[in-house]
Amino acid sequence: MSQKQEEENPTEETGEEKQDTQEKEGVLPEKAEEAKLKAKYPSLGQKPGGSDFLMKRLQKGQKYFDSGDYNMAKAKMKNKQLPSAGPDKNLVTGDHIPTPQDLPQRKSSLVTSKLAGPSFRLDRKKLVRKEGESRMP
Amino acid sequence: MIPGLGALTQDTLWCFSQLKGTVEIGATEADIISTVEFNHTGELLATGDKGGRVVIFQREQESKNQVHRRGEYNVYSTFQSHEPEFDYLKSLEIEEKINKIRWLPQQNAAYFLLSTNDKTVKLWKVSERDKRPEGYNLKDEEGRLRDPATITTLRVPVLRPMDLMVEATPRRVFANAHTYHINSISVNSDYETYMSADDLRINLWNFEITNQSFNIVDIKPANMEELTEVITAAEFHPHHCNTFVYSSSKGTIRLCDMRASALCDRHTKFFEEPEDPSNRSFFSEIISSISDVKFSHSGRCIMTRDYLTVKVWDLNMENRPVETYQVHDYLRSKLCSLYENDCIFDKFECVWNGSDSVIMTGSYNNFFRMFDRNTKRDVTLEASRENSKPRAILKPRKVCVGGKRRKDEISVDSLDFSKKILHTAWHPSENIIAVAATNNLYIFQDKVN
Repeated sequence: MSQKQEEENPTEETGEEKQDTQEKEGVLPEKAEEAKLKAKYPSLGQKPGGSDFLMKRLQKGQKYFDSGDYNMAKAKMKNKQLPSAGPDKNLVTGDHIPTPQDLPQRKSSLVTSKLAGPSFRLDRKKLVRKEGESRMP
Repeated sequence: MIPGLGALTQDTLWCFSQLKGTVEIGATEADIISTVEFNHTGELLATGDKGGRVVIFQREQESKNQVHRRGEYNVYSTFQSHEPEFDYLKSLEIEEKINKIRWLPQQNAAYFLLSTNDKTVKLWKVSERDKRPEGYNLKDEEGRLRDPATITTLRVPVLRPMDLMVEATPRRVFANAHTYHINSISVNSDYETYMSADDLRINLWNFEITNQSFNIVDIKPANMEELTEVITAAEFHPHHCNTFVYSSSKGTIRLCDMRASALCDRHTKFFEEPEDPSNRSFFSEIISSISDVKFSHSGRCIMTRDYLTVKVWDLNMENRPVETYQVHDYLRSKLCSLYENDCIFDKFECVWNGSDSVIMTGSYNNFFRMFDRNTKRDVTLEASRENSKPRAILKPRKVCVGGKRRKDEISVDSLDFSKKILHTAWHPSENIIAVAATNNLYIFQDKVN
């Protein structure tokens, strides 16, 4: 009985080992990448897909501009250069003062899309005409 | 090839047909195409871009003279659908980028489509005008009012032919119903209602009513700190007007039945593939986030796209997908850098062909992939200017993972991650596909013998 067990166990172990190695090899690239990331950014949160990501996603488009803050800062720093908004201007308000120059110009595209071609004009021949259908007013 | 047999017996050969858009020089960010959609007959092809503009192409009728050239798509109409806005109350910048366009089925001479940006859905009517009234009594030909004292006779205005004009008019504006960013719109099969979905809520609209909508899904937690997942895409069932699905950032899909209750927070079906906990990594949840969900035309299956795979689910089996296709598994060893350059958050879409036998999705380096569900064969093709000669057959591309790189292969490290194909569309009944590559629109057709 014990002999049998001894005989069985090695095969089981090798089987499991094989499976383990296979799994490890399959997962290895992902886990290796994770290790790389943790090495670069040790402060990366414990909960990866959690609140932080989602909150950032939900806050897309937020740009803070307070004219009061801006004018106060302008008054205080008459002689110095105004601090320019850093790359993280979306995240924290009050730590830096965005200036009107930092807020991007919100102009609509008055230019016709380039997909429509340089001089978009309906080519009457090419347009498909539906024969016999009444035109709605 | 034996005439009459379909693509099952022989792989379809895809050829270049048309290229819309300019070369990279002169292209602005506004030109980036953000959505592509054929209408229900395939006669029209609409694109939306980051600049809030919509361009509609119409297929020309096939002429008997040119048998080898199937109908080409020419510009039919273009208009500014959305403008940039700034919500001063919330300090929110509202992009004019068109997130989605969905066509309504045609019911009269005019065409109708829904287009949406992050906050506002609009119903546009596109119609032709080829006659104009002439001979008004109170106005002259330039439209200036006439002095009634000078009018001595009356005439009946008549309709005279004029140069064909295609007009696009906004018929409805459905605004102020979404706190978060709209990611999907879907027209219901009843053609009376449609839904719009944002990160946390889904609203049901009636086309005729713009100042009210019903909230049918709300996954916002009472305490935002407890937020664990968001809605990523939603779609109505193609035939059952009471059924819809929505996907989440955690890789799950919920099917809801509007007959069950007014608020569909409790799903009817819950689709999730079990994950081996030992495989879990920092990236697991991010790459499992579903970026697109599409019902098959038959309505029996749904297809989902996450970062590395496309999956087909049978509506009758919730515990795992029936088919899983690897889009670009070689990226698994690049996840760290893809996380750093934000590419891991790219939202790829996926589409069915008309008979639900082939599925297509995009990848990087302007590659796109097709999977034949019956033959289990797949192909990688490229949308590139080099292969833009008329009727040029697209050569299959291959990415080399490691070791020896063959002559025509490209290595993973040489892939251009700025050239991503997120949006594609397949003609409803023919083998014609539209592929958006940044600011260019490629149209490919299968080889005509």
